[in-house]
Amino acid sequence: MGAFILRRLALALPSLLGISVVLFTVLALAPGDPFAELATNANVPPEVRVHLRASLGLDDPVALRYVHWLVAMLHGDWGFSFISRIDVTTLIWQRVPVTLGLIGTSQLLALAIAIPVGTLSAIKPYSWFDRIASTIALAGFSLPTFFTGILLILVFSIRLDWLPFVYRSDVEATGWHAVVEHVRQAIMPVCVLGLFQGAGWTRYVRSAVLDVVRLDHVTTARSKGLPERRVVTRHVLRNALIPVVTLVALQMPAVFGGAIVTEQIFRIPGIGALLIDAVLRNDTPVIMGVTFVFSALVIVFNLVADLLYGLLDPRIAYR
Amino acid sequence: MSEGLLRELVDQVRYGKLARRDFIARMVAMGVGVPLASAMLADVAVAQSAEEAPYKPTKRGGGGPLRLLLWQGPTLMNPHFATGTKDQEGCRPFYETLARYDANGVPVPVLAAEIPSRANGGIAADGLSTTWKLKKNVNWHDGQPFTADDVVFNWQYATDPAAGAFTIGNYTNVRSVEKIDAFTVRVNFAKPSPIWDRSSGVWMIPKHLFSAYMGAKSREAPANQHPVGTGPYKFVSFTPGDLVRGEANMDYHLPNRPFFDTIEIKGGGDATSAARAVLQTGEFDYAWNLQVEDNVLKTMEAAGKGRVLFMPSGNAEMIMLNAADPWTEVDGERASVKSRHFAFSDPAVRKAFGLLIDRKSIGDFVYGRGAAVTANALNNPAQFNSKAMVAEFNVDKANALLDAAGWKRGADGVRAKDGKRLKLVFQTSINSVRQKVQAIVKQACAKAGIELELKTVQGSVFFSSDLTNPDTYGKFFADLEMYLNTRTGTDPDRFMQQWVSWEICQKANGWQLQNKCRWSSPEYDSLFRLSEGELDPVKRAALMVQMNDMACNAGFVVPVAVRAQVSALAKSISAPLTGWGPDLSGIHDWYRA
Repeated sequence: MGAFILRRLALALPSLLGISVVLFTVLALAPGDPFAELATNANVPPEVRVHLRASLGLDDPVALRYVHWLVAMLHGDWGFSFISRIDVTTLIWQRVPVTLGLIGTSQLLALAIAIPVGTLSAIKPYSWFDRIASTIALAGFSLPTFFTGILLILVFSIRLDWLPFVYRSDVEATGWHAVVEHVRQAIMPVCVLGLFQGAGWTRYVRSAVLDVVRLDHVTTARSKGLPERRVVTRHVLRNALIPVVTLVALQMPAVFGGAIVTEQIFRIPGIGALLIDAVLRNDTPVIMGVTFVFSALVIVFNLVADLLYGLLDPRIAYR
Repeated sequence: MSEGLLRELVDQVRYGKLARRDFIARMVAMGVGVPLASAMLADVAVAQSAEEAPYKPTKRGGGGPLRLLLWQGPTLMNPHFATGTKDQEGCRPFYETLARYDANGVPVPVLAAEIPSRANGGIAADGLSTTWKLKKNVNWHDGQPFTADDVVFNWQYATDPAAGAFTIGNYTNVRSVEKIDAFTVRVNFAKPSPIWDRSSGVWMIPKHLFSAYMGAKSREAPANQHPVGTGPYKFVSFTPGDLVRGEANMDYHLPNRPFFDTIEIKGGGDATSAARAVLQTGEFDYAWNLQVEDNVLKTMEAAGKGRVLFMPSGNAEMIMLNAADPWTEVDGERASVKSRHFAFSDPAVRKAFGLLIDRKSIGDFVYGRGAAVTANALNNPAQFNSKAMVAEFNVDKANALLDAAGWKRGADGVRAKDGKRLKLVFQTSINSVRQKVQAIVKQACAKAGIELELKTVQGSVFFSSDLTNPDTYGKFFADLEMYLNTRTGTDPDRFMQQWVSWEICQKANGWQLQNKCRWSSPEYDSLFRLSEGELDPVKRAALMVQMNDMACNAGFVVPVAVRAQVSALAKSISAPLTGWGPDLSGIHDWYRA
């Protein structure tokens, strides 16, 4: 098992290198300029702009810029943002707590809905419960988050005036009051993301369970006279969860990435918002830093999924 | 008092630089009766625009929190690198300038003890220097006194080319900033200049914290992310792009200020929902730069929680006609200054196009209160507004002009002459307001036999200085283009500079200069040179107006509207906003009634 992990990690290195080359080239080919705002300001002499570009190495050939970036990266220097002139690592760390807290909660909510609802639907297919659940899941899955987000704001913030729609990472209150405030402002974004994700996963869980529930070993377990609850948890769910684990594990990097649209609507200072701002302003070091973290996470969670298979199904061996 | 000085004072009232009641008070102090003093002003039609409401609170602090919402959050806290307005707004609660401009474009002292003038000897008669007297009771947030050394240091810091500070532009033509005594500095100019106040717009940073980090080391200063200024609020915390927090500076140099105990500047999201957070839900007290359709704003205002303010500025939305030929290469360069545009080289076509801008519809249906339509390139403050230009929308007249010039309609209704059809490409950035204006212009042009092909470019590309991209507004590889011509500060010299021959965008200068339409004229050049050395503000304003008329009459510059700076304020907040600088430049005077 140790050797397996080591081999997988060694294989990940060339992929990461390849990803960084592609990212860097695409960014270099993309139009735009981090100093567009300077260009429209007649107060700034063109020499200043030229000098700034030169001092940040923007006029060097792409290959040279890539080598500079890679060498610095290997030394642990992620560079600094062209826009805010702050280190990329600082910028990313500032955003991690909010992202993990908020997006993580919504993923937990999604799982808490998807597994029981999906299982119950599949055990009694085409029952009333299944029909209603499937309809709601379809609706939830089809409505984009920017729509449900604005709808919730319209109802709960503007009409009813119950919840704030601007998220503050720094609530002014203290003690219990602060906790209440945090929960109040998190309700809408967590619901929007959690219900959307949950609806999609419900459909997956349902179809996975449906596949397993028809298998012979389940019939055997039932005919042995095992209680239904035990049949479902021990014999059905455990087998059905393998494809679901793949799905959830691959979704985990997205937790770190945040949800760009939802973060924009509720003004949540997450990593997704950082990335989109950086993209809009052509802030190459930040884009590289954030996307690099994402690609590393995808590789790591792929590995985690592989390891989890072994826990769920001991027949799967690591060689 | 000499007649000359008296006339100058009267002129100052005329152009809004001296308040009417201040003039009368001065006269009374000199023994002139109130009736006579008023009579002196009788023929002065003063633009009696709103004088700023007086500041009412009678003690510091106690005002609770002030919550501001910028849909683009500030990303850095060193004003010398605050290239975007969002960053300048974000720095403002902590840092201050020597002077700021009020809503009428009149300078008001902040760190300066008084505004220099000819009368008080601050502005040298030879135009070679400006002397600034500084306030004496000002301390940095860490308790150190603010002195002339700091002002001199800011000049050195900004003009160090290795730093790449954008404030270097404020020190153009400045030979040196010299310390006269601890609280007096003299700004010496290289050439005599009527622009005496540009360096006063620099946000002062403390010498004792930044002097070790000049030039190439500027990024390493710890104070870059922990501002220590002289402003009404002290820094608490900063997350780039998200949140800036401050608390009242109880040692502030103005009495009874600041009013609020804390200040919070939240960033992110979009303009419409920012307006909503102030006008409909009241979660915030102020929202900035609301590029939102007026109808939408009106609906939100109906909720009664706040109001929308439109502060006049000098930023003009204009259509430029390409004087060069964008479709053929001359010496390996498109839109080369050596080429001539096939249609726009004919004055009749330019004149006809000028008649096809339906400004009334554009004003009524597109901009609403957000902009005033105009026939002038140069707008505001009042002394620069030309009376000679008249906006006219007349399709018949345009048709007659084109007929007379020999542009004949073809079978498809599009005019042509010498085998060249009047089919033109009209480009602008992606922005719903601009696309609506494009459509209105296209409709009118179709009626006059001009076919417009509308092209839209992503703003970050259109306004970029990217040398490899063909769609930038500097390259102008199209027949017409429209964009917002921004003014910085009240003085229009940099704005008017955009039509001089040495500013023409070309390959040789990387298309980085200001003259995008590539029109130029020797008379305009010489007028501009004249204005650079003209020290009499009245004569200088007349020169600016003359240049405006010349550029507009030539027809390559077609002004559409002059934009207002749009902000939303909660009902209870009193805030002196201005279209001539950051909205927060008067943050020390904000209070809740």
